Amino acid sequence: MSERLPHNRIRCYLLALPVVALAFLPVLVLIILATDAPFEFGTRNWRILGNTLALTVLTVSGAVILGVPLAFVTTCLRIRWAGLALAALVTPLAVPSYIGAFAYFAATGRGGEIEALLGIAPPEVRGLFGTAWVMVLYTFPFVLMPVRASLRRLDANLVDAGRTMGLSPYGAFMHVILPRIRGGIGAGALLVALYTLSDFATPAILGLDTFTRAIYVEYNAFGLNRAAWLSLQLLSLVAVVVFFESRIRTRNERPGRTLRWTPTPVFAASAWSVITFLWLSAVGLPLTLFLIWLGREKSSGFDFNTIYHSVIPSALAAVFAVLCAIPLAQAASAGRLGRWMVRLTSLGFGIPGIVMGTALVYVGLRLPFMYQTTAMLVVGYVLRFLPLATGSLREGLERVEGNMIHAARSLGASQGEAFRRVSLPLVFPAALSGAALVFLEAMRELPLTLLLRPTGTETLTTRLWQVYEAGYFGEAAVPGLLLILTSSFAVLLFLRSERLLGLAAESEA
Amino acid sequence: MLSIHNLTIRYGEQNAVRDLSLVVDSGEIMSLVGPTGCGKSSVLRAVAGIRKPDGGQIVIEGLCTSNQRFVPPEKRRTGLVFQDFALFPHLNVERNIGFRVKDTKAVETWISTLGLEAFRKAMPETLSGGQKQRVALARSLAHRPRLLLLDEPLSNLDAAMKMELRPLIREAIKQAGVTALWVTHDQEEAITIGDRIAVMQHGRIEQVGTPQQCYEAPTSRFAAEFFGEGRFLAGERQGECARTPLGECQIVSHTPQKKEGAIEVLLRPHDIALVLTPTGNAMVESHRYEGETRRYGIRLENGDYLEARLSHELQFEVGKRVEATISAGHPLAAFSPASSQQPPES
Repeated sequence: MSERLPHNRIRCYLLALPVVALAFLPVLVLIILATDAPFEFGTRNWRILGNTLALTVLTVSGAVILGVPLAFVTTCLRIRWAGLALAALVTPLAVPSYIGAFAYFAATGRGGEIEALLGIAPPEVRGLFGTAWVMVLYTFPFVLMPVRASLRRLDANLVDAGRTMGLSPYGAFMHVILPRIRGGIGAGALLVALYTLSDFATPAILGLDTFTRAIYVEYNAFGLNRAAWLSLQLLSLVAVVVFFESRIRTRNERPGRTLRWTPTPVFAASAWSVITFLWLSAVGLPLTLFLIWLGREKSSGFDFNTIYHSVIPSALAAVFAVLCAIPLAQAASAGRLGRWMVRLTSLGFGIPGIVMGTALVYVGLRLPFMYQTTAMLVVGYVLRFLPLATGSLREGLERVEGNMIHAARSLGASQGEAFRRVSLPLVFPAALSGAALVFLEAMRELPLTLLLRPTGTETLTTRLWQVYEAGYFGEAAVPGLLLILTSSFAVLLFLRSERLLGLAAESEA
Repeated sequence: MLSIHNLTIRYGEQNAVRDLSLVVDSGEIMSLVGPTGCGKSSVLRAVAGIRKPDGGQIVIEGLCTSNQRFVPPEKRRTGLVFQDFALFPHLNVERNIGFRVKDTKAVETWISTLGLEAFRKAMPETLSGGQKQRVALARSLAHRPRLLLLDEPLSNLDAAMKMELRPLIREAIKQAGVTALWVTHDQEEAITIGDRIAVMQHGRIEQVGTPQQCYEAPTSRFAAEFFGEGRFLAGERQGECARTPLGECQIVSHTPQKKEGAIEVLLRPHDIALVLTPTGNAMVESHRYEGETRRYGIRLENGDYLEARLSHELQFEVGKRVEATISAGHPLAAFSPASSQQPPES
């Protein structure tokens, strides 16, 4: 419904404009920085590019190979404890991938924790294949979730219709199911690619020279221009992924009867063993390791102010991101120009944290009153995670569109009352889940925090990084467990927020 | 009472509604019917105040509104019932109905009248389509509207549910004593629900009349074809009569302009009687059993094809000759021949 009156629409656009300008700032800075960058492309640069591409291809393939069949198992097969299986497959989202990398770094290889415990040393998880393995463990849910969504929308009658027309089960999969879940697979795969390209700490910890790691090295060597040049290279890779992402269309089909098959006991058992193995590798191993360290070293070396330094900027970022997202979401529902504005601001999510950090450090150097302040860190978080808040809010606003407001107004409610009694209760859960998402991401964001945090303060993530650099792994116990805890809490909140608030609205007197 | 004067609504260059006038009397249910895209929903939205009209005036119980004097929807007290129900998803049935009602008695009245006691605490998403539409109606009526507007209220429901809800909704509106404008594209719905019908096409009103007038004496070919089935039979006009291959018949006086000349008479399937005879004027070409009735397709000697609906007891074989006569007891609608109405452009 774009029946908004024109002057109303223009007001929506004007309100969104400052946010768009702010979101575009980092890109502008990088372009300025790169104008006097050394445009050289040596062997080291080739190696970095090769590593990055190889890691991305391996991770995406791994995530698809795991994610698609598991989506099928958890959606279409009648297996026992299907809810538990799904929970086991979603929990890796609650463990930041660098925590996994850190755990594998400390546990495997000669002199690792596993050798100390069991006496036998497992092969080292390092380098290209080690990094890819860890990345796959924490990114396959990105494929699993959208594919599950498309499988659930798929009408089983389509498959039955195909079968009655002579398709074998394999043929039905290829010609009926696959074309319908292709969009979901594509969306998930591109998300994984984006995540892999942006991730800094996992390849850094496991010793793989990718763009993100090289940018950090240059930054530490005061080579801001070289860091910007590498950043632009990485950004062009990201742009390719984002381009393909924008081309993906997921069809909205009318949901029908869900496809259901009963597996053979052997098949069900092997599905369960894969799920168990994945959970142990992704969640069990780091959790056990951090708990062992906690038992051994208690909270030695941990300053409890770290929690405070993490929570405050993240909470501020959550609030400001939602506030910035309101005009954007309104502009998006006002018209096409507004949707373009939203697309511009979602650049932030494509810009890897380390790149955003580099750009904002440059801004900070020009604006000394901002440099290394909490405000700067909050700006960084907001710019990077704004799309999460906008996306959630738009989903909420979509629930209100259509005739709901007209109905309220025709019952005699003024514009204000309709907003307060209809729009707000419907949008509020979405705003809350948007805020929760931003908070979660900000709490566990490492590279941006590493570059922008106020001097002398440590957050949970930077503390973990310090521990890794110093090699006192045991001291990672408290920050590591707290990060897993906040992550799981926020993931849970995200998954349940809508239903919880639905109940709250019902009991409101 | 609702009166619309010279209403015009434009979408870009397109005129969705052109210079339309319509009066709905107090307590009357007016069906506004027409094919998809004829502008009927635009009229309704303009009356509700969701869409600003581009020209003309709408008067709702003395409240005068126009483009210059626009009254926001909440000041009009027009109850609006939507095709997609538009129930508030965060409120239960009772709270939806009582959205802005201070007098809880009104809420209770409509909950019991529309049989909603069992789901008063249910959330909208748990209800079936028919239940949702009953809630939406109760919500509108409980707010005591000056005028009730219904926008294709039954089109999201299945056939059986439509049949069940039509009399229920009509009775509820009559019980409330409210003036109602009911928009639909379904001619059968328009006939069964409305006290009067306004037929719309291309943003204009073609005919306003009682269901019987619209069905038996349509004033335009469009209205004739829109309501029910029927075929046109060529004939010769002689004053108030028409001479046709099936014999003479009375015609509705208001239709063709000329008193003499070629015309076409509208024949509904039940306006024709058939008698089996070897010297008959028509041949049975097809036959379909419909349960209570049988439907025959007959071919006249001049090549015209007609359809007749007879009692199931009358059975004729395909290929037999029959004598076809006009059995209608009322004057038939007649129009100038289609070819002369739209002369070929030269």
